[in-house]
Amino acid sequence: MLLGPALAISAVLFTLGVAGVLLRRNAIVIFMCVELMLNAVNLTFVALAQRIGVGGQVFVFFVMAVAAAEAAVGLAIILAVYRHKQTVNLQNINILKG
Amino acid sequence: MTGTAVDLIWLAPALALLGFVLNSALALWRPTAKAAVTVIGVGVLLGAFAVGVAVVSAFAGLGAEAPVVLRYWSWMPVPPLQIDAAFQVDQLSAVMLLVVTGVGSLIHLFSVGYMKADAGYARYFAYLNLFIFFMLVLVLGANFPVMFVGWEGVGLCSYLLIGFWFNEKVNADAGKKAFIVNRIGDFGFLVAMFIIFWATGSLDFQDVFARAPTLLAAGGGAVTAITLFLFLGCTGKSAQIPLYTWLPDAMQGPTPVSALIHAATMVTAGVYLVARCNVLFALAPISGAVVAGVGALTALFAATIALKQWDIKRVLAYSTISQLGYMFVGVGTGAMAAGVFHLVTHAFFKALLFLGSGSVIYAMHHAYHATHSHEDAQDMRNMGGLRRHMPWTAALMWIATLAIAGVPPLSGFFSKDEILAAAFARGTAQPVWFLFWGLGLAAALLTAFYMTRLMLYTFHGPNRTGSDAEAHLHEAPWVMTGPLVVLGVLSAVGGLINIPELWGGGAWLHHWLEPVTKVGAAFLPEAHLSHAAEWTLVAIAVAVAVTGIVGAWRLLKPEALVPAKAAPAERGFARLLRNKWYIDEVYDFFIVQPLVWISREILWKQLDQRGLDGAGVNGAARGARALGWLASRLQTGQVGIYVTLFVVGVLAILWRVTAGGGS
Repeated sequence: MLLGPALAISAVLFTLGVAGVLLRRNAIVIFMCVELMLNAVNLTFVALAQRIGVGGQVFVFFVMAVAAAEAAVGLAIILAVYRHKQTVNLQNINILKG
Repeated sequence: MTGTAVDLIWLAPALALLGFVLNSALALWRPTAKAAVTVIGVGVLLGAFAVGVAVVSAFAGLGAEAPVVLRYWSWMPVPPLQIDAAFQVDQLSAVMLLVVTGVGSLIHLFSVGYMKADAGYARYFAYLNLFIFFMLVLVLGANFPVMFVGWEGVGLCSYLLIGFWFNEKVNADAGKKAFIVNRIGDFGFLVAMFIIFWATGSLDFQDVFARAPTLLAAGGGAVTAITLFLFLGCTGKSAQIPLYTWLPDAMQGPTPVSALIHAATMVTAGVYLVARCNVLFALAPISGAVVAGVGALTALFAATIALKQWDIKRVLAYSTISQLGYMFVGVGTGAMAAGVFHLVTHAFFKALLFLGSGSVIYAMHHAYHATHSHEDAQDMRNMGGLRRHMPWTAALMWIATLAIAGVPPLSGFFSKDEILAAAFARGTAQPVWFLFWGLGLAAALLTAFYMTRLMLYTFHGPNRTGSDAEAHLHEAPWVMTGPLVVLGVLSAVGGLINIPELWGGGAWLHHWLEPVTKVGAAFLPEAHLSHAAEWTLVAIAVAVAVTGIVGAWRLLKPEALVPAKAAPAERGFARLLRNKWYIDEVYDFFIVQPLVWISREILWKQLDQRGLDGAGVNGAARGARALGWLASRLQTGQVGIYVTLFVVGVLAILWRVTAGGGS
């Protein structure tokens, strides 16, 4: 029941997220794209939970909790970087260059 | 085990080893305790000689033809190779045992006087005892590896004693030269052992000689290779062409060492080896001819060099090389008993000559020491007229000189004549032996000449030592002259052990050695001379000896000699002989220099510095750094690129896991 469209939307969302992560330069936008990927996966879990069992739905909660923690830490890092470099453009942040 | 005194044979080397251990302990902790060193050093040798006499008489009492083999422990049990630490007493090793311990005892006694004032007295006797130990292992070993241990051990002791006064570079260099040249010969010995094991499956003397006639084709490649490689070992140890050059330099050691190691015992090891392996040499006629030919050439060649040497010990050194050549003519011809006979008589008269020259050098050294002179105490041009000061030494050395020259009825006459007669007799079957006989005869002429020259210049004519120093010349103490007297008696009558049947004698040594030599003798062509022919040969030999002596007496004028520092340089052929045919220079130019050049320019500068250090060690480091540089290019610091790579990686893994990757 609507499994195919749900998975299709999920794939589209995930691809959008990946494309955003790869193509954008702004750390905040990349961060949002990562969230988009997580939610695409969440959608997959929920859709498939209808078929396979309730485990998928449980997993979604875990992902949400981890995503929240990740958002807190990630945003804090971005904030710290901004304070240090006056920018969140990743092209300007390359102090790991070998 | 025989239940007789033969079982005690282990005592002889054990005593010598004990002497070495005690004397080295004294050398380390109480080097001034010379009395104790004397008692130990000489005592163990006399003990070993007593053991030797007891063992040999017990062995003779057994009347056994077969050797007595005493196995002590299993040394290398690696089937099918089984090597025991074992000694063998037979007729040949009995002769060597008595010569080594007997002459060794006399030379130890002589050393007590000669080395009395030396600071390294204890060290000297430790080395000398160790030498006797290894020499006994060499002659008593019942298989090739045990013999090889002794063979290497005597080389070590020779090195230690040549360089005994090592704080002078020339002495240390002489020691190294002896060791390195001998190493070439030892390589031959080793290779010969490998082939023997490969061909016969054993290294025990008994087994090898019993199996050799059936397993090895007579005159075949294997037995020829074995014997030629063995003979390469002999040319090193016994100083034959081409490896003889170390022996004259070995005279840098103390004179009793020259007498013991470089004249009487160690250098005869090669002759012993050929006599021991007479079965193998009899199976390889080519090798027999090579042995006899090299021996004959060496005999003549070394004799020519001895004609023009001024250092009294160098004359004797070249004389030793020449006489060893005779022994090889004997054993190469198949006349093993004649070779061994000459080995024994040579041990007597050459030890006497060396010890006599030691007495002379001792007297000269003391005279120069007393007058604070720095002249050469070994140069015959500084001697002359010494018979007035050292009558005993002069008389005894004359006996040895007549013996080595081959004047009847002294010992050297019988042994040398037997070798030449054997070579001549073999010549009737194979004419090339006539050539060897001729070379030997020419060498005999030169031997008589240069020995008379040595005696004339040393003991006759006016004295050239210098008027101050002459007053200080005197005979050495009795502890040195005593052994000379014993050796003088032996040199005179030593021939008695093997008076040939021609002279109505019993050829005792010949018959005694027969159990050892008869197996090999069976493979050699029969060669018999009529009595008339033998008497002719004897007459020729005596005529040659007398010609040499009288010729030297008439031609050489000791009155015309001037002391070494005023002497003019030789010219022409004499200079060629004086400089030993420039053989050392030739070896240096063609072997040593290229070797040094290759080592320095190619092995060191190219292979080591460029190859190993440059390409190997530094190259590995440079390669690691280059790889690191390449990898660091990936680390751009751009998070975007990391992520891209991450995604590409994940996609690749997914693709592989799911569809496209196949298995």
